[in-house]
Order: sequence, then structure tokens, then C-alpha cells
Amino acid sequence: MNVPANLKYTSDHEWILVEGDIATIGITDYAQGELGDVVFVELPSVGESFGQGDVAATIEAVKTVADVFLPLSGSIEAVNEALDDNSEVINQDAYGEGWILKMKISDAAELDALMSAEDYQASIS
Amino acid sequence: MHQYIPNTEEEQLKMLNEVGIASFEDLVKAIPGDLRFKGDLPLKPVKSEFEHKRDVLEILNGDASTATHISFLGAGSYDHFIPHVVDVLISRSEFYTAYTPYQAEVSQGTLQAMYEYQSMICELTGMDLANSSMYDGASAMAEACLLAVRHTRRQKILISRSVNPVYVDVATTYVHNQGVSFEFIDLAEGVTDLSSLKDQLDDSVAGVVIQNPNFYGGLEDLQAIKDRIEDDKIQLIAVVNPIGLSVLEAPGKLGADIVVGEGQSLGNHMSFGGPYLGFMAVKEPLIRKVPGRIAGESVDVNGKRAFVMVLRTREQDIRRERATSNICTNQGLNALAACVYMATLGKNGLRRVAELCANKAHYLAEGLRAIPGFSIKTNDFFHEFVVQLPVPAADFVKHAAAAGFFAGVALKQFNPEMPNAILIAVTEKRTKVEMDAFLDFCREYFA
Repeated sequence: MNVPANLKYTSDHEWILVEGDIATIGITDYAQGELGDVVFVELPSVGESFGQGDVAATIEAVKTVADVFLPLSGSIEAVNEALDDNSEVINQDAYGEGWILKMKISDAAELDALMSAEDYQASIS
Repeated sequence: MHQYIPNTEEEQLKMLNEVGIASFEDLVKAIPGDLRFKGDLPLKPVKSEFEHKRDVLEILNGDASTATHISFLGAGSYDHFIPHVVDVLISRSEFYTAYTPYQAEVSQGTLQAMYEYQSMICELTGMDLANSSMYDGASAMAEACLLAVRHTRRQKILISRSVNPVYVDVATTYVHNQGVSFEFIDLAEGVTDLSSLKDQLDDSVAGVVIQNPNFYGGLEDLQAIKDRIEDDKIQLIAVVNPIGLSVLEAPGKLGADIVVGEGQSLGNHMSFGGPYLGFMAVKEPLIRKVPGRIAGESVDVNGKRAFVMVLRTREQDIRRERATSNICTNQGLNALAACVYMATLGKNGLRRVAELCANKAHYLAEGLRAIPGFSIKTNDFFHEFVVQLPVPAADFVKHAAAAGFFAGVALKQFNPEMPNAILIAVTEKRTKVEMDAFLDFCREYFA
């Protein structure tokens, strides 16, 4: 299972790339495999604020729907608009072109609760 | 054995034993005594089928209906002519007996009919997508409000006071406990007051609900209303009469984001109030958030054109509590009637129906206006208008009924400030002879 070491993870199968006070968030390779073909992603608006644990995006696969829970509180800096036309990129490149949103981190202490690659790997194996 | 309950005392005892209690009284002892009915139900003795049939017919023969009276009733339910082919086709057992017939492998006919219905609604309304129908006009309006709230993540809905008050009642119940608040826009000259609207718009408003033609028959200026709404997040919800759409500009071309309405006028009998169908159509950005079922066109394994339910991930069995609606079905038979009706009349036929309604309504309005003491309170209208009488409307309506006319809907029940007003609707079914007879009745009544 592909679990890059440079990323942080959650038990809801999201990955987080932290660069300064910006976090890029997507779903893991394991999660995309469980969902199957992604057909639509409902994205939040840039500038919207969310609390930790809020649902900021929704991923629709052919026969199921999954919520993207924000592991951190903060405001939306950018969303991956390419997903509007090409949502299956989440299946093809979950950690790269398949990113979902970028947010400005408002409470860096929340980062401590995230899982390491090793812990996440252990949780799914 | 009780004459209306088909189990014996022995069987009842067996059931009571099964659940471990001694008597029927024990079973219902949780119901407080003061709520219990005491004594014997005043039921009549058992009758034969023949006797029942005779009694029911006798009751029905005492009813007044559009078959016995000349009707000018409207207010949301209209007496249009329904070609016989509509009832013949919807009565076919393939359509008539199937419940939730959505399985593509066995339901191509039904799914295609829904798809055609949706396409026709889109064409009438000038919108991008229609669902396969909802319960009725009122619940469709309530669903439109919830859709606007969901889409904008805002809570407030502005509703014009010219919207059908029954729809407002239904919507109020429907959105109860869902964090939605309604605020009303006052009227000026019988239509939505644009300056009031302007003052009430702010960044908490999710949608603005306008009925056109409005409840009082008046034509609203949807384009002007759209122009007042500068914040393009705010959803303009138009509640429309589908018959009127053949002669009025499509709301989709005037900036409406969501169009809903009552589909009864399209080939469905008045039937004392239901079952009816609500239609709902939206613009493209709302497609993933629409409630209700949607039939779509696809291809089967052999590459042939086929129909199937689409956008299923919006629905309750998949999205659970975050589904776009609790509605997982549609008014299939009623929507089919609407579909057959529209297909039968065609574009020109629908336009002709609308033109006849409008022409006849204006003929009757002019006749009423000429009667001393009468005035017409609706300025510009399609086929429905308010008449101010010199006496309380309720009395007049009662006397008119005795003379063979459903004169209209007395408006006091909806608006206490209108004790002398009636709402009159005229459809293509009313003849000049009938309208002249009604005018004669009015003149004599007030002579």
C-alpha cells in the first residue's frame, strides 16, 4: 500500500501535507481503492472557515458517498478545481494531482494529533 | 367474531397468550382512560355489496362537482379539459399497477416516460434539469427552499405575500426544525413590492420565492425582481402555472434558478384536491443538490438507447441523513398523465389552451367590471383575477352555488382584510354561454 513518509494522516483516511502554515489535504490511496471510481467531488468555497472535524468536501463514488472531515481548523486557501471535470484523478494519483483542498492552519497544536505514515500504515494493514 | 374485525375470539386469545397478557384491556392499558372511547361504536349493521353500492351512489349523487356546476374555481387547482387518451393510456396495467417501478431491466417504458416528462418540463420552464416529480406544488416549493438553503449554506428565505398561502403553510411545516427562517415581502398594487424586496436582501438570504402568476392572479415582473437581486448567490425560486408558460416567457430565461409548480393543470383531474404532482426544474449549478428521482438517458449493453435512474448518490439509501431529500419516489402516474397530456396537445395545442384561458378570463373580467358595485382588483393577469363585491363574498358564493355556479374562491379565509373578495379562474372549458349566464346571475343578484 502506498503511504508516503513525508505526509501526515488521519483515521478517516485523509493525508495532510504541511508546508509552513498551509496544509494540503486529500484522501489516501487506500481510501480511493475502497471507494472505487470517484465520479464527483463537492468542494467548499475559497475563504470559507471550518472547525476541526467539520465536513468540508464530499466525494461521490458510483455507489457510495464519503465525507471529507477536516483534521484541522482554518480557512480554505484553494480548492482543486480540476476535480470538477476530472474527478477520477483521485483514483489515478491520490497523493498528487488528486489533492482536494489547501487550508490555512489556524491552530498548529492540532497537528500533534495527526498520524505518522508508520502509524497509518499499521492502521490499515 | 366481530363484524368488521376478521379474527375469532379464539384467535385473539391465542395472540394475547403469545405476548403473555390476559386480555385486550391489558394490551391497551398504557392509554390514559380519558383518551379511551367508551361504549360501543355507532356502526351500522353489515350490508350486502348491493346495498353498499346503492348507498354510496346515493351519497355521490348529492355531491356538487365540476360535472354538475359551472366552475370558476382556481387558487391552485384548475378545471381544464383532459383528452380521453390521457386516462386510457395511464390506465394501462403496465403503468397503473407498478409501484416504484425503477428497475431499468424491466421498466424501460416507465423510465422513458419519466425522461420525456422531465424533458417537457425543462422546455416549458426554460431550465436545464427537471426531476421526475414531487408530491405537489406546495411540497415542491418547500423542497426548493431547502435546496436554496443547502446550496448557499444560508438560512433565510424571503417569500412574497402573493405566494399561495396554502403553499406557505405547507412549506412552514415542511422546513420546521431544519433551521430555515421565512420572512415575507409585502405587496404593492397586488404584486411583490420591489422596494421592500430590495430592503430585505442581505447576505443571510438563501432564496427569494415569487409566484407568477401570483396567488391573486397578478403577473409578477420576474426580470425586474432578478435585477434587484445583486448578490448572485441568492437563488430566485419561481412558482409557476405550467399552462401559463405557453404564453408567458419561460422563467429560466428571466433569471430563475429554481422553478417549481403544481402540475395538476397538465392532464390531471381536480379530484377534490389530489393526488397531484409537483414539478421542479433547476439550472445546471444545482444539479447535484436537487431532491427527488431523476431518469436519465444512457445505452444498454448492446449500445442501444436506454433509460435509467441517474445521480443516485443524492438519495437517501446512499447518502443517508445527508441525502438531498427524504423523497425517494415520485408521483409517477400523475407525471405520466402530464406527459401524455403535453404530448397529445403538442406545442400549438398547449399555446391554444393558454390563449383561450386568457381570452375568456379577460372577457369575463370585463363583463364583471361593468356591473355596478363590482371591481376587478388584479391589474395584469393571465386567467385568474380578484373581484371585489359590494357584499360579503361568502354569501354570494353560497347563493351562486345554489344557482349552479362555483363563483370562485372567497378570499377571506386566506386574508381577513378581504371579506368581499373572490378569486375567479377561467379555463378553456368555459363557454361564452356559460360566462354570459354567470354575468346574468350576478346582475340579477345585485339588482
